[in-house]
Amino acid sequence: MKYTGAEIIIKLLEREGIDIVSGIPGGANLPLYNALYKSKIQHILARHEQGAGFIAHGIARATGKTAVCFATSGPGATNLLTVIADAKLDSIPIIAITGQVPSSFIGTDAFQEVDTYGMTLPITKHNFLVRDARELLYIIPEAFKIAASGRPGPVVIDVPKDVQCQAIEFDQWPDRQKEEDPEEINLSGIKHIAGMINESKRPLLYIGGGIVNSKAHKLLYKLAKRNSIPVTSTLMGLGCFPSGDSLSLGMPGMHGACYTNFILNDVDLLLAFGVRFDDRATGNVKKFCPQAKIVHIDIDRSEIDKIKKSNFSVTGDIGLALKQIMPFINSDRRGDWIRKIEKIKEEHPFLREKNSDFLHPINLIRTISNLVKPDTIITTDVGQHQMWVAQAYPFQYPRTLLTSGGLGTMGFGLPAAIGAALVNPDKRIVCISGDGSFLMNIQELATLADLNLNITTIIMNNGHLGLIRQQQELFYEKNYIAAKFISNPDFAAIARNFGIRSYDLEGMENPMAVLSESLTKPGSCVVNAPIHYAENVCPIVPPGAANYEMIGGEKND
Amino acid sequence: MTKIASTIIELTVQNHPGVMSHITGLFSRRAFNLEGILCGCIGKGTQSRMFLLVENNGRIQQIIKQLEKLYDVIDVTLREDYDHTLFKRLHEFIK
Ligand SMILES: Cc1ncc(C[n+]2csc(CCOP(=O)(O)OP(=O)(O)O)c2C)c(N)n1
Repeated sequence: MKYTGAEIIIKLLEREGIDIVSGIPGGANLPLYNALYKSKIQHILARHEQGAGFIAHGIARATGKTAVCFATSGPGATNLLTVIADAKLDSIPIIAITGQVPSSFIGTDAFQEVDTYGMTLPITKHNFLVRDARELLYIIPEAFKIAASGRPGPVVIDVPKDVQCQAIEFDQWPDRQKEEDPEEINLSGIKHIAGMINESKRPLLYIGGGIVNSKAHKLLYKLAKRNSIPVTSTLMGLGCFPSGDSLSLGMPGMHGACYTNFILNDVDLLLAFGVRFDDRATGNVKKFCPQAKIVHIDIDRSEIDKIKKSNFSVTGDIGLALKQIMPFINSDRRGDWIRKIEKIKEEHPFLREKNSDFLHPINLIRTISNLVKPDTIITTDVGQHQMWVAQAYPFQYPRTLLTSGGLGTMGFGLPAAIGAALVNPDKRIVCISGDGSFLMNIQELATLADLNLNITTIIMNNGHLGLIRQQQELFYEKNYIAAKFISNPDFAAIARNFGIRSYDLEGMENPMAVLSESLTKPGSCVVNAPIHYAENVCPIVPPGAANYEMIGGEKND
Repeated sequence: MTKIASTIIELTVQNHPGVMSHITGLFSRRAFNLEGILCGCIGKGTQSRMFLLVENNGRIQQIIKQLEKLYDVIDVTLREDYDHTLFKRLHEFIK
């Protein structure tokens, strides 16, 4: 058979089960689009490559499966960089296929030539520059294997235009590369960890994105319940443990639960499962869990002892490890430890708003949660609103919070919601955004209008870059600069003019009814929710401080 | 050359034009010091051998783990048994 490079790419994407690709065409990837023309793959035409990339994030983060986006050379590829870096830091399996100038032009500063390979090298799990169409038969299946195996991550495949057009003869399609199976963990290590757990007096499970990726939430629940171990989750792990459970301690760290930041001091065994000791979670790492022995299990060997030296570690899949550990775990009620935790919780309460203002951020988020189903997918942007969601929204299931954790990219929320909605046509997706972040990818309202997906975007509008204002208030002597917007657009009117239904809660007599309609009526809509500009995220751990030195976590007398 | 305790990491890698960037890129973005590189093809030219002269400090294990993660790296060994005369002669040559 004879196929061009572009046709080979599309055919191999189909064989990988890809049915949606987001992207934007340009000179250097038009052959690829020409091959896509004949395919059943649905193409989502975003309005900016960053939008296209975050749509792929939404698909990958909501399903756990690898998603694909396309961009042309030069500005198309540079517009994808943030997306790729975001996927690297949050371990998201995406494949970006970029057009490149023809091979003979590479290195000549040709029109729309940039060194995509060189630029994406430090922000990918791996990247390829394809030199011959024949290599695609190997590279495409390999890219899928790399993106999804072990610790997932982004892969870039840069394909010069002549390679896309090059026709080659070959006899058969390559087989799909199977993902590498995680290795069995040796039994003596497993028994050792079980022994440490059984013997500990004050254990704590500190869990993160690894639990999501290995689908280990049910085993986590069993372990926690059988041995009465409280669970604190990083931003990336929220939803893995039901937030309403008495053992749930919310997030630790910079904007974590006040009591949890104190409880860390008393822990004698820290079970760090699928986490990487990110500075936002640990605060000053030297003062993080000072009394605890640490057991670290992670699939990425380089995370072990990178930030914090462990007493015992296993490199491997956390789901597999938990499955092997469970038979050796004693059941224990841990009366003393649980009572101690309850006492600390009472002394350092968290999010007990006395304020009954409907538009108070915490109240608003709780109201939203009461109006939607528990498995509703929430996406956020970055800032105060993101932290309020992480603190107050009662997540029950993994993959119900899609948020840019490691990179903290403003503009993530709307396109990620579009991606999540594309693969969850029966669900409502709620994007909770800020007036600053929303403007960073607002052009994707046009993509949303094309598709009319069930997405409710709620803009918590404080007229500021709220988190910046808060940091200037607390750490920069209230020298407010570049934090307040001189003007702010009428978001409801903008959305309307994109062809999207909109609501404004400003001065509404019955905001509840409006919010309720916005969250239940089919189709897309945007809700402007004005909130008080001076509201702060509490607590906050100052830079360099220990978690227990947080501001806003003072003892309750 | 300043006298810091150095050691040699020996790598076997796939031989293609991007490999060197992957290795040196890793060192710069993770703020690891790289004091010298020697590199050449082995076998039929599909693989290369690299010798990296690195500072022997507390981060060496982390460097090795990160190198092992690179897709084109086939093998990583810490060669504390090697003497550095090779690199010394090289430094003299460069001067
Ligand atoms: C792309 C990008 N630029 C800058 C920042 C730094 N930053 C973090 S939070 C924030 C303010 C976000 O404002 P808004 O979206 O209105 O959310 P709020 O904090 O007001 O809830 C900024 C500028 C960032 N995270 N991402």
